[in-house]
Amino acid sequence: MKFLNKKTNIDFMGKRKIAFVVSLILIIGSIVTLVTRDLNFGLDFTGGTLIEVSYPAAPEVSDVRSNLTDAGMPDAVVQTFGTATDIVVRIPPRESEDESNAEISTIVLAALQEGVEGEITMRRVEFVGPQVGDELTEQGILAVVYSLIGIFLYVMIRFQWRFSVGAVTALVHDIIVTLGVLALLHVEFDLTVVAALLAVIGYSLNDTIVLFDRIRENFPRLRKASPLEVVNTSVNETLSRTLMTSITTLLVLTALFIFGGEIIHAFAFTLIVGVLVGTYSSIYVASTTLLELGVSKFDLLAVEKEGVAIDENP
Amino acid sequence: MNQYPAWKYLLILLVLLMGVTYALPNLFGEDPALQVTSSRGFAIPLDLEANIENALISENIGFKNKEQAGNRMLYRFNSTDDQLRAADAMKSALGDQYVVALNLAHATPTWLRSLGGKPMTLGLDLQGGVHFLMQVDMDTARSQQLDRYVDDLRVTLRDERIRYVSVRREGNGLLALLRSVEDRDNALALIRKNQNLAGLITRETDTEEYFGISATVQEQQLLELQQTALKQNITTLRNRVNEIGVAEPVIQQQGADRVVVQLPGVQDTVQAKKIIGATATLEYRAVDESNDAFTAAQTGRIPPESRMYTDKTGQPVLLKKRLIVSGDQLIGASSGFDQQTGQPQVSVTLDGVGAKRMLDFTRDNVGNRMAVVYIEQKPGGRLVEEVISVAVVREPFGKRFQTTGLDSMSEASQLALLLRAGALAAPMEIVEERTVGPSLGADNVAQGFKSVLIGFILVLIFMAAYYRVFGLVADLALFANLVLLIALLSMLGATLTMPGIAGIVLTVGMAVDANVLIFERIREELRNGNTPQASIRAGYDKAFSTIADANITTLIAAFVLFLFGTGPIKGFAVTLSLGILTSMFTAIMGTRAVVNLIYGGQKRVRKLSI
Repeated sequence: MKFLNKKTNIDFMGKRKIAFVVSLILIIGSIVTLVTRDLNFGLDFTGGTLIEVSYPAAPEVSDVRSNLTDAGMPDAVVQTFGTATDIVVRIPPRESEDESNAEISTIVLAALQEGVEGEITMRRVEFVGPQVGDELTEQGILAVVYSLIGIFLYVMIRFQWRFSVGAVTALVHDIIVTLGVLALLHVEFDLTVVAALLAVIGYSLNDTIVLFDRIRENFPRLRKASPLEVVNTSVNETLSRTLMTSITTLLVLTALFIFGGEIIHAFAFTLIVGVLVGTYSSIYVASTTLLELGVSKFDLLAVEKEGVAIDENP
Repeated sequence: MNQYPAWKYLLILLVLLMGVTYALPNLFGEDPALQVTSSRGFAIPLDLEANIENALISENIGFKNKEQAGNRMLYRFNSTDDQLRAADAMKSALGDQYVVALNLAHATPTWLRSLGGKPMTLGLDLQGGVHFLMQVDMDTARSQQLDRYVDDLRVTLRDERIRYVSVRREGNGLLALLRSVEDRDNALALIRKNQNLAGLITRETDTEEYFGISATVQEQQLLELQQTALKQNITTLRNRVNEIGVAEPVIQQQGADRVVVQLPGVQDTVQAKKIIGATATLEYRAVDESNDAFTAAQTGRIPPESRMYTDKTGQPVLLKKRLIVSGDQLIGASSGFDQQTGQPQVSVTLDGVGAKRMLDFTRDNVGNRMAVVYIEQKPGGRLVEEVISVAVVREPFGKRFQTTGLDSMSEASQLALLLRAGALAAPMEIVEERTVGPSLGADNVAQGFKSVLIGFILVLIFMAAYYRVFGLVADLALFANLVLLIALLSMLGATLTMPGIAGIVLTVGMAVDANVLIFERIREELRNGNTPQASIRAGYDKAFSTIADANITTLIAAFVLFLFGTGPIKGFAVTLSLGILTSMFTAIMGTRAVVNLIYGGQKRVRKLSI
């Protein structure tokens, strides 16, 4: 089986003006969405209490709400979770010193049991104090920034600064667009989504590096070709690999999304979006940036392709 | 011709063999078990085994096997039903002296365990349990330290007969006022000499009327005191958790002022929270017999050597400031009923110093009253002090005695537990809680397992369909990769969490990337008209640096994730990084070995099945 039987020769870079407009629209659209709709920040960042319980029979959400109001929690948000018998209650963090945040879950669980025949089952309780929430936000942002810096430096050492700029531009593009999609669809943004974003960075970068590697290899090989032709050839040569890896990764991610359960939903979704965006950005954002920065064969002639053989004994 | 030297095949076989061996323990599952430890941490006496087994025989419960490790005994059972019945039998046979904890012990065969084989630990999100992040209230701890300095200075001055006007807290330090220059100089000399007052930085601050010393505590000293407080809190928490009977608790310091407490399998989280966060202790004080509490409360004139307390009904009680015995001097406590009145009570055992002080006091005060004060420190430094009982001393006593005045048996047993475990040196507050009920944990395991399996099979089918023989080789490598990854995670004692499973799934998806890169290269070489053997060689050689570069950059991202992530995120980063490393081995060396075995020996290969 082959998707691409022959050597493909698609003029990717010829359409880079169109792609540029598309990228621009994606980024501006994402930023506008982020500003107007806001990310749906989860408990990890806002602080507060989340309680998931399973009822013996599907309860009336309005009854649950009035129970909670009676228990002194008028600000509780009640939702079904997955099935009609599962209920999630969210309570924003309390400011007052006296009312211990840690005790809220005890009060809520008692209030939920009220008037229910049979016993409710506690599925999970999550409580994040305000001080912890702030730290997690800070750590999340720092993680993204530091990984970008680390990647920039590594690519600069192994390739050249133009490649670093290209790679990091593509990654920033991926993060912004993925965040935009998350905001648009109101996906809950929690710690696992931050992990997914970093995995997206890793994945998209993987793609970009494979392409850059081919470009580096092709510059000395195709001495007569213009940089644009070199990039075009490289994209074509790595195209079937790009598709294959995207497909296998998307296969497992889809399995995770469908069968992994509610908790992992946002994580799997973020990665699916990220893989799609990352595949696109490796070709159009990373390579286009490289071309616009005026990459030429002189940038790379000093660096010989290192065919580090693991098998010196053929 | 493409062939590996024999040692490479051997190396691959060896690694695979190790992988299979150390991944194996995960297949054996777990036995329901009971863990018996002594509640005071001393060694297990010889007759304990006999006691336990007699109890089991009398209830007609069989057990699978037993083992002793240090201070604990472990009994495995055939069913959870047996386990629960045995727990009841053991508890009633062993009493307060021992803690019987429900446990799931892994059923790895002995020969595997002797090789160091053990299954992966399941995280709290998979087996259910409680995770608390507790923060020590350092402001209160500091304030307590300052109060202690003030008390010590007063006592020292009094003992050395230096008359002072006042010694008190002043902002972040303390201030002592004296009447003469000599007194002040003597006091300064004392502060320098006295061990208890080490760490004070003094300054002369004379007012118009008095000669003063203002002092602040060295930052270094305060930090050390805080560290000690944190260490003591951890010890206390550990004692308390042992008292609850949790099989494999984690209690660790995190950062400068936080403690992580993880209690796998605990069901009653409300109770756990109460016991872990509580700061209750008792104090024994003499009742001020020469003044009337009601008059003092009305006039507000409280004698200088006494302090006003209230009892449970809110009535004033006047007690002497001088402490007879405090919770620190307790070495044992157990709950029970008073045989005459049938009221709940706590029997207390004091250490040597406490016993002597109690004896001295009761000998001199037969016929006078003694009060028991219950003290609880709430988060934010608020102190609840309540007189729970006032009783006339009938005869002198010392080491052992009873305290009554508790509302219920459960209050009595909880107080006894807290007294046994020791007090927290500084109050703590829960700043993060993650509790997962057992039903959700089981669901997570099932769903995680299912998604790994389905994703894995999809990729296997897809690779075989797309690359045929080479695809099957890649499938073998993928399988080996999964086994090696699980073996590594088990050997490192890593904890498997839901995000960790996601990491494994993602690794499966990305591990084939190396093979895709290699195979596409081989196809390319073939298209360029190279011979099959040369194409294989060139494909592997040329793809290598690409694979290395791509994987190292991913490792950078995973490393950052590990540095900044907490708990479950760390688990994801660990599986992802390990998966990248094992996939480099299986996808490059592993597949090459198999490809060499298939095609390498043939002189003339006409066509590759790729």
